[in-house]
Amino acid sequence: MMAAVSKQPPAELDQLDPHFGGDALTLEPESYLSMVWKRFRRHKLAMAGLCFLILMYLVAIFAPYIATQSYRETDSANRLQPPSKEHWMGTDQIGRDLYSRVIWGSRISLSVGFVAAGVAVVLGTVIGAVAGYFGGIIDNVLMRFTEIVMSFPTFFLLITIVSIVERSIFNIMLVIGLTSWPGLARMVRGQFLSLREQEFVLAARALGASNARIIFRHILPNAMAPVIVSATLRIGGAILTESGLSFIGLGVQEPFPSWGNIINGGRTFLRQAPWICTFPGIFIFLTVLSFNYVGDGLRDALDPRLKD
Amino acid sequence: MLNYVIRRLLQMIPLLIGISIINFVIMHLAPGDPVLLLTERNAPPEEVARIRALYGLDDPIYVQYFRWLRQILKGDFGRSFVDGRPVIDHIMDRLPYTLYLNFVVMIIIYALAIPIGNISALRQYSWFDHVVTFFAFLGQALPSFWFALMLIYAVGIKSDWLPISGVATIGVSLKRHGFWTVLVDRAKHLILPVTVISLGSMAGITRYMRSSMLEVIRQDYIRTARAKGLPEKVVIRKHALRNALLPIVTLLGMELPILFSGSVIIETIFSWPGLGLLSIRAVFQRDYQIVMALNMIGAFLMVLGNFISDILYVLVDPRIKYS
Repeated sequence: MMAAVSKQPPAELDQLDPHFGGDALTLEPESYLSMVWKRFRRHKLAMAGLCFLILMYLVAIFAPYIATQSYRETDSANRLQPPSKEHWMGTDQIGRDLYSRVIWGSRISLSVGFVAAGVAVVLGTVIGAVAGYFGGIIDNVLMRFTEIVMSFPTFFLLITIVSIVERSIFNIMLVIGLTSWPGLARMVRGQFLSLREQEFVLAARALGASNARIIFRHILPNAMAPVIVSATLRIGGAILTESGLSFIGLGVQEPFPSWGNIINGGRTFLRQAPWICTFPGIFIFLTVLSFNYVGDGLRDALDPRLKD
Repeated sequence: MLNYVIRRLLQMIPLLIGISIINFVIMHLAPGDPVLLLTERNAPPEEVARIRALYGLDDPIYVQYFRWLRQILKGDFGRSFVDGRPVIDHIMDRLPYTLYLNFVVMIIIYALAIPIGNISALRQYSWFDHVVTFFAFLGQALPSFWFALMLIYAVGIKSDWLPISGVATIGVSLKRHGFWTVLVDRAKHLILPVTVISLGSMAGITRYMRSSMLEVIRQDYIRTARAKGLPEKVVIRKHALRNALLPIVTLLGMELPILFSGSVIIETIFSWPGLGLLSIRAVFQRDYQIVMALNMIGAFLMVLGNFISDILYVLVDPRIKYS
């Protein structure tokens, strides 16, 4: 309903109907967004998550100013140093400053999560929308394809593809995105199946709107709420997947730091230097947790009917 | 019913063909010539050509595909490029360990998640429900490998309470020790991996059980049961719980692929000699035959699991019409 509500400010009503317009009647209708924001704010953990995420994105953007040292400069005299005044999180197995690596790592981990989820959301939405809107043979072909991709054990498929492509950061983003769209495609298709029978679609068609216009301008805005929620949760999921891949050495490659590959590097030194594994893990955990809470808050705020 | 089963089985065929094609294509996009792995570094060209012909790698791609398909239908997944052993032997060596680990995990997850989700729903918005929801969020956001390392540090390294890798202590066997010693040793090795995997996957099933139960207790037939004066215990146990469990039963079908593919990362961390560890090793060694077989079997079990789920759904819930 968001399109319908937000597209009708009182000014337009004035133009349509010259007799309409008494101030007594036009109690400023709350815009959809401010309503959503108001409901979202009530979810305390979601608000906390949002604050943490804003902080993390600022850290990622301003990493060069926040990190105290280079992420790749080694110092063999200061290997495996515990946290101290000079090295806030200690140093790693080849003497790099862990704090700086975790800060720079936030840039890589957050952008991988964001882009990978973006790829999945765009793919899933387009495939689901086209399948649900056109139905028939197109729907059949697209959904069978979706089922095929869904059938592969996700992590097996992921490591298989990652093992045959060059492991650049860009490829990692792409592969995670390419393996995680099917669930979303199915959900969007379901939405489209029910929405395409509604009268506003019939009206748009009667006015001569093209298929693309009906899909993207008329139906999609009405199907956006669950897509936004699922996109938020998916960013967290993608960060988790990236960290797992990097942890087994099939993700982001040295010397670039990602939270997952820092943990991988420190794993052998768990006994002598547990801080190497501990700190990046806390960041992964809090970031993913924040995304999940924000997603939960958005679900309650965007569509209260979805609750439980 | 028979009609439904047959139609459902027929639907699986195009799906499996699609899966096999994608699997085959992915493997053929792989760079690196497997023949070079099989031959000596300075092998003469004739030798390379001989090996290539031996493995049929110089045939057109569709010929290779159909040959591969014919073989896997007979259960033959070819030979490992690395050591020449049949792929199926590699898999059969490791399968029991993965099944063993994931089976224990499955029992524990369901044994805990069903009652917890149930109580959570019956006391919606109580402190118990809030705590469960909170832990479900924690469990879903926790990077399992990190949690595993932290556990290893806390109880394995710091205190030596529990073994941190492998399936059993070397030398502890039924031949030399009593049944009890062996059992305790095996159980101790299970504790850490099982804890890590369970915590990660319990959240989903608990939430699922909770919402299923919430759905059921709002139904009219529950109100009827209460209205006719049945004690609350009977209403919950006989009327609500049975119906709330229906969607959970169908989840069992989906456990089939999970039992098989399990948790790659956790097996790596705990050096659990299962299929996860095998798949990682195969990926790093470019042993495509093993990778292809694992993907193929995993996908097949997923399709089969879906099928079982659908059939179970119809079997346990007479309200569903299989048309």
